[in-house]
Amino acid sequence: MNALPCTIYISFLGALLALAAGMRSAATARVVALLTALTSCGVTLYAASQFVPSQGLQTLIDVPWIPQLGIRYHLAADGISLTLIVLTGIAAVAGILFSWNIEERTGEFFALFLALIGGVYGVFMSADGFTLFVFYEIAIVPKYFLIANWGSTNREYGAMKLVLYSFAGSALVLAGLLWAYAAAIAHGAAPSFGLGDIAQAATQFSRHEQLGMFALVFLGFAVLAGMFPFHTWAPTGHVAAPTAASMLLAGVVMKLGAYGCLRVAMPLFPVGLMFWQPLIAWLAIIGIIYAGLVALVQQDFKFVIGYSSVSHMGFVLLGLAAANTTAVSGAVLQMFSHGVIAGLLFAVVGRMVYERTHTRQLADLRAMPLHRLMPFAAMTFVLAGLASMGMPGFSGFPAELTILIGAWKTSPTWALVAAVGVLIAAAFTLRVLQVSFFGTTEGTAEPASHHHDHPLPPITWPERVGALLLIAATLYVGLKPDILLDWITPALQSPLFHAALKGGSL
Amino acid sequence: MSPDYLQLLRALYPEIALVLGALVALGLDLTVARRHTLEERRGMSLWIGTLAIVAAMAHVWLGSRGSVFGGVLMLDKLAVATRFGVLGLALLTLGMVRGARVLRHPAEYVAIILFATIGFTLMAAAQQLLVAFLALELASLSLYVLAGFDKTSPASSEAALKYFLFGGVSAAFLLFGFSLIYGVTGSIELGEIAHQLTVQHLTPLLIVGLVMILVAFGFKAAAAPFQLWAPDVYEGAPPASAALIASASKLAGLVLFTRLLWNGLGATSGSAATATGQPGWLPVLAIISGASMLLGNLGALAQTNVRRLLAYSAISHAGALLLGVIAVGAGSEHRMVWPVFFYAATYGLATVGAFGIVGVVDRANPGGCQRLTDLVGLYRRSPLLAGCLAIFILSLAGIPPLAGFFGKFAVFAAALQLGGISGPAGWLTVLAIAMSAVALYYYLLILKQALVVKPAESVQRIAIPPMTALTILVAAALIVVLGVCPSLVLSRL
Amino acid sequence: MIAQILQLDGHSSTVAVGAAFPILSLIVFSPWVGAALLAVFRGVAPSVSRTLALIFSLGPLALGLIALNAFNPALVAPQFVESHLWITALNVHYHLGLDGLSLVLVLLTGIITPVALLASWRVDHCPRMFGVLFLLIEGAALGVFLALDFFHWFVFWELSLVPAFFLIKLWGGPGASRAAYQFVIYTIGGSAFMLLGFAALYVATGTLDFTQLAQLAADGTIGAKLAALGGIWPKAVFVGVFLGLAVKVPLWPFHTWLPSAYAEAPVGGSMFLTGVMSKMGVYGFLRILWPIFPAQLHAATPCLLGLALAGVVLGAYAAMKQTDLKRMVAYSSVNHLSYCLLALFAVSYATGRPGLHAEAATAALSGTILQMFNHGLSAAALFCCVGVLESRAGGKRGLNDFGGVRTAAPIFAGLCGISLFSSLGLPGLNGFVGEFLIFRGVFGLHAGAAAIACFGLLATAIFLLTFWQRVFHGPRAGAAADGKFSDLSGIELAPLLPLVALMFVLGVWPQLLAGLINPLVTSWAGHLVLP
Repeated sequence: MNALPCTIYISFLGALLALAAGMRSAATARVVALLTALTSCGVTLYAASQFVPSQGLQTLIDVPWIPQLGIRYHLAADGISLTLIVLTGIAAVAGILFSWNIEERTGEFFALFLALIGGVYGVFMSADGFTLFVFYEIAIVPKYFLIANWGSTNREYGAMKLVLYSFAGSALVLAGLLWAYAAAIAHGAAPSFGLGDIAQAATQFSRHEQLGMFALVFLGFAVLAGMFPFHTWAPTGHVAAPTAASMLLAGVVMKLGAYGCLRVAMPLFPVGLMFWQPLIAWLAIIGIIYAGLVALVQQDFKFVIGYSSVSHMGFVLLGLAAANTTAVSGAVLQMFSHGVIAGLLFAVVGRMVYERTHTRQLADLRAMPLHRLMPFAAMTFVLAGLASMGMPGFSGFPAELTILIGAWKTSPTWALVAAVGVLIAAAFTLRVLQVSFFGTTEGTAEPASHHHDHPLPPITWPERVGALLLIAATLYVGLKPDILLDWITPALQSPLFHAALKGGSL
Repeated sequence: MSPDYLQLLRALYPEIALVLGALVALGLDLTVARRHTLEERRGMSLWIGTLAIVAAMAHVWLGSRGSVFGGVLMLDKLAVATRFGVLGLALLTLGMVRGARVLRHPAEYVAIILFATIGFTLMAAAQQLLVAFLALELASLSLYVLAGFDKTSPASSEAALKYFLFGGVSAAFLLFGFSLIYGVTGSIELGEIAHQLTVQHLTPLLIVGLVMILVAFGFKAAAAPFQLWAPDVYEGAPPASAALIASASKLAGLVLFTRLLWNGLGATSGSAATATGQPGWLPVLAIISGASMLLGNLGALAQTNVRRLLAYSAISHAGALLLGVIAVGAGSEHRMVWPVFFYAATYGLATVGAFGIVGVVDRANPGGCQRLTDLVGLYRRSPLLAGCLAIFILSLAGIPPLAGFFGKFAVFAAALQLGGISGPAGWLTVLAIAMSAVALYYYLLILKQALVVKPAESVQRIAIPPMTALTILVAAALIVVLGVCPSLVLSRL
Repeated sequence: MIAQILQLDGHSSTVAVGAAFPILSLIVFSPWVGAALLAVFRGVAPSVSRTLALIFSLGPLALGLIALNAFNPALVAPQFVESHLWITALNVHYHLGLDGLSLVLVLLTGIITPVALLASWRVDHCPRMFGVLFLLIEGAALGVFLALDFFHWFVFWELSLVPAFFLIKLWGGPGASRAAYQFVIYTIGGSAFMLLGFAALYVATGTLDFTQLAQLAADGTIGAKLAALGGIWPKAVFVGVFLGLAVKVPLWPFHTWLPSAYAEAPVGGSMFLTGVMSKMGVYGFLRILWPIFPAQLHAATPCLLGLALAGVVLGAYAAMKQTDLKRMVAYSSVNHLSYCLLALFAVSYATGRPGLHAEAATAALSGTILQMFNHGLSAAALFCCVGVLESRAGGKRGLNDFGGVRTAAPIFAGLCGISLFSSLGLPGLNGFVGEFLIFRGVFGLHAGAAAIACFGLLATAIFLLTFWQRVFHGPRAGAAADGKFSDLSGIELAPLLPLVALMFVLGVWPQLLAGLINPLVTSWAGHLVLP
């Protein structure tokens, strides 16, 4: 367990090494990046194997950082953190495998990528508000450069929009945290940014303080989680981003927002949660339905996936808003599940399809018999699509089921409307699946080359390995959700979440 | 209160070192170096200047503490730190000069930088209106000259003239304000003034005096609505001069201002809560601060000139710094000065770095470095500059783990302790936080040109003098280190 | 004998959980093993892959017969039970069990799948993938019939859609894309609400196990817990689960996906869809909706009886109006499946009312189960016949594209005729037994409904006889006109012969099947009380 913080340092170190290696040769930078990601992934898996869920939040390191403000470098992990850390490890490896073909400024690409990963690891381990915020922002800035430099359609616009939204969100978080910090001091507490300390002090805050702080912090984080109506950065950003960045963005970075909501906003300000709960739930539900409907009519393949991410993150937010153990554990499971699935979808769309066909327009793809030209990509997308639809057997299903159960406990209406979202998800996924990969059914006996003058380059080994890794992850969790739920549930039953989650045990 | 000249001499060792350095530089340039090229002469002067500043820093580090010469100067922790800070910033500026375009009369340039630095170090310690004014004017006059030092450029001359006119008027305001304060309280010592004001009411005369001082400092700090000179000066002045104006001058001025307001005029602060507050200088300061943040950030959005953009960014930072000055009142027992000091110092570091890079690019580009597009392809022309520019700009934007972030963070944390978000400085803090999100946009515009936009195929690499490269690296490293471990500085305050 | 070697014993295995031979898991997963093998070995020749798929598809039948051998019909409780804790957090158990109802449907699946594969022997387009998908869908269907915990029941339920989607889409007719999409969306739409319904049940009871839920329903716990929700929610839970099942069957008016899906699917696909997939819905009604929501179902029966009658009558009349033979058979499926539901609803309607006769209920319920099996045989055979016609006519399958086929292809005409009359319910063939029992039961429970249903019977007779007359009698016309209409080849005979043989056998000796379900049905009919 105590090795977990190493993932952060390994990633940052790897970023520097990749930068240096990139000056010499692109190939070295790739290998360095892959080794770095594999090492940190290995560390997370090792830590996971040592993990004892019943111990709750386990401190990994806790040293004074800026004593003048009561800031400590405090890293800790519980089952929720660990779930997301493992996700990050997997997504990082897969992302690097799917960026194997980056030739331009390779070293810088992987350096930024690893820096982003390092920040993400940091957020998932932080138990101090300041530490968390620092890592959170470290994860934001590299995104701009990743998208603006290596992205595609409208990349500078997409990158700027994404970063400004994220940063505006983090500004709200900062305001909320500082307010809580100052208020805690005003209520006689020692200056501290420790989340536990603030939570303790917050019990004495007045109602309007709790409402305000919760609104600021939750909204700030929810922007990054893609909450309607602050989600508009997500589709444009995802579409503009290079494949690996889309994978990370949808797969991991959006989880930062949701994680922040869960780890900071909810346990710190339970009174605020109770007040804002219906609003959040309805915004989440609107997000599920609205983004799903928008995805249903998109003409750009990647936009469909982009909006689907917003829709799926709506389930996460709904799970959080339902605020009982079942729903929240479902939300965490959905974070993991969506992280893997969205990564897979973006990998297929961005890397396998777009970089070979150079189009993402569904109308163009319809004319290509892609399932014959790229059977592996087609199979991958079918599996990813099924997983994304919440098909049982894949990780999305136990997650959505748990969220629906939890939401029902809090309000049957929410669950009912959200169930419509499941249907819409199926509709847009199937639509894009059949249009993009199974577009032409006529002339199936003809060889593929008749349709296409230049045969598409074959799917490379890094892509295959990356895809199989993610498919294995979603199947494994889908068939054995216990592996994660056994981590998550004890974490949610710990005293940290008592005030926020009233739902009792599963 | 017997004057102790020996103590005064010891306290002024740093200033003496600087004066000696300036004189030596001038003298050597006049005698030994006449035959050498401009570049060589500049190199020599810079070495002498560097030595002088290093000597001064050593004296500051090792030198005496406490009240000097009957309270004329106060060498408390803040003063020492500020002196150290301004000397450091001046040192970095000298390093940047090496990378910039060669100007005529290099020795004079270095000497004037040293004179300005003397002004800054005195401002850092001044505890008496007269010394404060003299120090301020010494610094200002030097800066006017520095701004206009590029005699081949009309823009530089225009900058100097504007700066001088605005500066002169503000000096007049300041002097007038000081004399009114003196008239009301009968003293020019801050401690005595503070004592007198606790027993006096807020008379109209005092109010006029306060307003005069605020206006004057508004001019000096380029805070709205007195910011008009800043964009032109930053645009026209040689980059190294602009660096000094933006960094060391700001740090010294701010510390002087903080001292004056809180130590001297603290009793008349009033409350910054605009609706219910008692009259005083705090509400005025709050309004100036808010206006600067709004005007600076929104003005910067429209800029296409990198120096003007940095000028508007300076205006917005001035607003945030003034918020820091307001937040000094948060600690009731011991004033919370360190957040604003840390902010100003790290802001100075980042601006010196940014202007240094502008200077280097300015020399390498045939057309200079004015427009944002002049930075295109910097990542290809010099990865070092591009990387360091990213650090400086992101620090200005307040991105962790860089020092600029912690400065802002500490200031906001202090400001909110004045009574939470509904407290007197609450609305201002919220504004500042909101504006920092706006600011990221234009900072990223700079970085977009430098790091993202692909240059034409044939770009020349930029040659950087080793000392300049070192200076830039040191500045960047300091920003990172201070950002990660601010305690290194804070534990000494 | 094999059963003894494997130490299979129906009733003892319910006690010694886990120690017993996991024959049910084997039944479910043996096709999937085949699918995985076929999917991995890409290089095999088409004929080899066809043969392999056929062999693997026969696995469940063989295993099912072994289970049949060891099955003790006298026991009502599920046998060969396998139960392992799967997901602790959701209290989900991997719980499989076999009772008479399941056994009948397992055998049906085991028969229909190889037959459908045989009927698709001529599929040229990627026969390997075709086989993979067929084996996948077979496993999923078997899983549905054997699972006793909602979680993996739903897994199988939903997974069966995926191969069906691709079978229709990739091997189907010109409108296949749309039909496949519509089919899946309708079904998932229903499933989403069913999922929600079970989420609610789980919140109320903390279990997803069908047997436990049925138990809780019988003692009134579920009703009380749901009632605590207040408002429309107790009804909404029922409606959610109902919707998921009704779409799958399909019950009128949720049937609109069916005609195009059945019509556009390839022959083998249509056979499986109608033969097995539609039974999944009816099975769900019997296994889930009726036991878990007895009171709600009872309360809804006046309305549901109307829907079932509408399916019976309107389905038949719609079939009468079709000129596309495949659509005609498709609508006839709506009609036949509605009989099954009619019987169930009638039983539920009569529950707790004075007119309830256990005898009638037994008849109705036995009829339902037999009708499921019989309809599977006859509808699959009919689709197979239409496929033959289609292949002879170059893709045409209109009612008016043929004529006088009897003289051109007498063997084919004979087999097709038997299938038609089986579907019609001619005594002596299998279809008669099921329909007779249903009518007998429904008359005793709700005579009015039975009376109305007779109109459906009439219309069925009309359209099936029209089919028979137009296509096989009269002068040779259409595709049969030029004398090139050849009779059945060996490979075309292969699927039809076993089906027709079974029609005869079951027609003459219905006890073969009825014996398996009688104790179960009797027990159901004997415990008809509302909680």
